[in-house]
Amino acid sequence: MQKTLKKYFAIFALPTLIAFALAFLIPFLMGIYLSFTEFTTVVDAKWVGLRNYIEVFTQNQDFLNALWFTVRFTVVSIVTINVLSFALAMLLTKGIRGTNLYRTVFFMPNLIGGIVLGYIWQLIINGVLYSFGVTITAKPEYGFWGLVILMNWQLIGYMMIIYIAGILNIPPDMIEAAGIDGASSFQILRKITIPLVMPSVTICTFLTLTNSFKLFDQNLALTAGAPSKQTAMLALDIYNTFYGRAGSEGVGQAKAVLFFIMVAAIALTQLYLTRSKEVEN
Amino acid sequence: MNDRKKSGGLLLSVLLGLLALLFLLPILVIFMNSFKGRFFIADAPFALPSAETFAGVQNYINGVQKTGFISAFGYSVYITVGSVAVIVLFTAMTAWFITRVKNKFTSLMYYLFVFSMIVPFQMVMFTMSKMANVLSLDNPTGLIIIYLGFGAGLSVFMYCGFVKSIPLEIEEAATIDGCGPVTLFFKVVFPILQPTAITVAILNAMWIWNDYLLPDLVIGRQYKTLPIAVQYLKGGYGSKDMGAMMAMLVLTILPIIVFYLFCQKYIIRGVVAGAVKG
Repeated sequence: MQKTLKKYFAIFALPTLIAFALAFLIPFLMGIYLSFTEFTTVVDAKWVGLRNYIEVFTQNQDFLNALWFTVRFTVVSIVTINVLSFALAMLLTKGIRGTNLYRTVFFMPNLIGGIVLGYIWQLIINGVLYSFGVTITAKPEYGFWGLVILMNWQLIGYMMIIYIAGILNIPPDMIEAAGIDGASSFQILRKITIPLVMPSVTICTFLTLTNSFKLFDQNLALTAGAPSKQTAMLALDIYNTFYGRAGSEGVGQAKAVLFFIMVAAIALTQLYLTRSKEVEN
Repeated sequence: MNDRKKSGGLLLSVLLGLLALLFLLPILVIFMNSFKGRFFIADAPFALPSAETFAGVQNYINGVQKTGFISAFGYSVYITVGSVAVIVLFTAMTAWFITRVKNKFTSLMYYLFVFSMIVPFQMVMFTMSKMANVLSLDNPTGLIIIYLGFGAGLSVFMYCGFVKSIPLEIEEAATIDGCGPVTLFFKVVFPILQPTAITVAILNAMWIWNDYLLPDLVIGRQYKTLPIAVQYLKGGYGSKDMGAMMAMLVLTILPIIVFYLFCQKYIIRGVVAGAVKG
């Protein structure tokens, strides 16, 4: 069968492959090449070696500021989202009436697009800050915590569902046996529930990590980096470098390559961790 | 059940009810404000509409006119439905091909697809939008091709995982009965792939419907999808019509919520499957 199927390459694989090459593969390779050149329209590229990469750090502090903001935001998001969604999952696995309805409600924000989410929260946060006579763009802290709240609202329901699946996988007789042995509910949580949902913890940690690290739409709609780029995350900074003013496309592409390396490093760490866990089990 | 447990359960229900309300509140606030006059929103977003501030459906009329909502909705539907259909079908065919035909080229393809999943969009956004421009793919139909290329990574990966679990005997039996590869795929393999096809469809639909930056860079100047229409409503400094904005937010969220309530089971299952694999 393999031999006959091979002749059908043009029907089965070619359409996807062409689209993949046009939309991803060629632009990716061009992107790497262009990060070492000076260009405005792709065809006028002039080789400049590592100059763009040096300028990422020397031209101004934008990239480093964005990196620091992104890292702080990501860490806070991971902790808050995972703690809250785990707590919700615990409550919703106690067999209360209406569990399905709550699940539906908590998950819903996840389906709303980033731009719309940003404007929803802009209205609400500005409404709260209005009584203090300021707006969300008055201080970078407002934008930071605004983004954290937004991200929590969007992702808690999603992570909660993954945690619920993990908690429901724990054999109930194990918890019952511990209860008979006199373990308190806190001991059961620490010694049984948490160790047994560790695979879910890994998944959720990395999901919040990559989602927060690559955040763009929400950042653009909520503050667009204001005040003066202080709440711009990495993706927004790269976008601004490309399209903000002509002549810095090369630096923008170099930033994008650095961004790609960071994201890839996160993904490879995740792969390594989940692989080594699988061997253990 | 003893009394302590009972009251604990009640307390829990109240707590969860309050939390659920808190979760719905942002959407309710937007909904409420969409019926208030444009100058009464930013100052007091939490005040209920009164006789003075009530604006009826004026915001909706303004918003629909200012954003070209009808055409934006049309483009969003066309691009999402078209891309999802193309992705679901073509990546299934590709995944089956590269799993069944084993050689260096197909395994290279597989690794390239997997690799594309970890590359952030910013890495290719500039070169890709230039490429789309040069090849005249900067229109809604061209965008479908771009989405096929971009969605291929995750979709091929998810299908491949499932194809590996299909026993070869089924396909061999069909081949002996005289099935060619094309009939074999459409009559035998694709129906078996249906659960994964639903997951792939839902993940891609959610991504494409809400996607802002890619369509904005490729077709944003001429064709506005819903997220682009909302973003462009912001306009220049201080010229934002808050009333129209609220109405547009409601109109953008509404179809998603209706769709969610009808296909909830599949959506949650699909998203979880995508999370665990992706």
